[in-house]
Amino acid sequence: MKLLLDLFLTFARIGVLTFGGGYAMLPIIQREVVEKKKWATEEEVMDYYAIGQCTPGVIAVNTATFIGRKHAGIPGGILATLGVVFPSLVIITVIAAFIANFADLPIVKNAFAGIRACVCVLIANAVVKLWKKAVIDLPTLLVFLVVFVASVLTPLSPVVYVLLAAGAGILIKTLGGGKKA
Amino acid sequence: MILLQLFWEFFKTGLFSVGGGMATIPFLSAIAEKTGWFTSGQLADMIAVSESTPGPIGVNMATYVGFTTAGIPGAVVATVGLVTPSVIVILVIARFLTKFRNNRFVDAAFYGLRPASAALIAAAGVLVLRLSLLNETAYAAGEGFLALFNWKAIALAALIFVLTNFVKPAKKLHPVFFILGAAVVGAVFHFGGA
Repeated sequence: MKLLLDLFLTFARIGVLTFGGGYAMLPIIQREVVEKKKWATEEEVMDYYAIGQCTPGVIAVNTATFIGRKHAGIPGGILATLGVVFPSLVIITVIAAFIANFADLPIVKNAFAGIRACVCVLIANAVVKLWKKAVIDLPTLLVFLVVFVASVLTPLSPVVYVLLAAGAGILIKTLGGGKKA
Repeated sequence: MILLQLFWEFFKTGLFSVGGGMATIPFLSAIAEKTGWFTSGQLADMIAVSESTPGPIGVNMATYVGFTTAGIPGAVVATVGLVTPSVIVILVIARFLTKFRNNRFVDAAFYGLRPASAALIAAAGVLVLRLSLLNETAYAAGEGFLALFNWKAIALAALIFVLTNFVKPAKKLHPVFFILGAAVVGAVFHFGGA
């Protein structure tokens, strides 16, 4: 019981200290989980990250589930995950309620119009960063182009593209195509 | 009923989004289009808030969308929906972790998934770009080709792009600084025309 509470609180602290998730979180996990709590070794955390990247979902959540499960079984995995999302729930709910009340003020509207221009760039930068890891040869370039054009032009669910792309990846590799890793 | 629907939409998002927080955006954009719970403009604002507050971006986005759609219960349900597939998948594969990592089918599937995920985010980005840098209603109203472009916003976006990609000290800055800067510029120069 004490361990479960400890898992929840430690991962809640990690949630509060993380700005931006993903790799921004790695040094904080290392400090809290590896150095302070000794729940995992440096190598294990790197392994969890690698797995987190090749499984669906939020990387921070995947890592929390792994470490929680290792120390306190399935309840541990669930408590660590709840811990990591708890700060977001509180902070975002407060901010969202606050913004909803002031959304109609002209100054807020203008500020958000400026922010949207910035968000375009942030999304573009995220795409560039992913592109460098993802588009590594001709087949992956084709996958990118086909999915991009199709999803701009059609209202199909992204789920469809994700499933087709996974299938295409397996097919290409099975046929011996693509750059050798 | 809306809570059940929220849970299901976010369960799908958690299950199929690959490659971190930004990968949830195309799914959220599809939810907006399908349900009308929130607009793409609101979605862009949520991205900005999620990047500027503590917590993983994907989780912040789920909480925000959930709250906007159905208040505090919505925030909880959407967030739990988003993380449920992760928890299930990780609990299942934890036992044969190393085998999973080295499985060539998993590897091959992700070989195809990564560029698709990048493309989906790019396509969602096109929506945000049209919304923030273009002025399609003015153009449709016959105000001419030049009226199509939101020049102030384009100038700001170009500046931020150069700063975040090519200027050494600025490159290392956290996005929150650019978001706050853009808010000030937008308010001072009346970006929204309000």
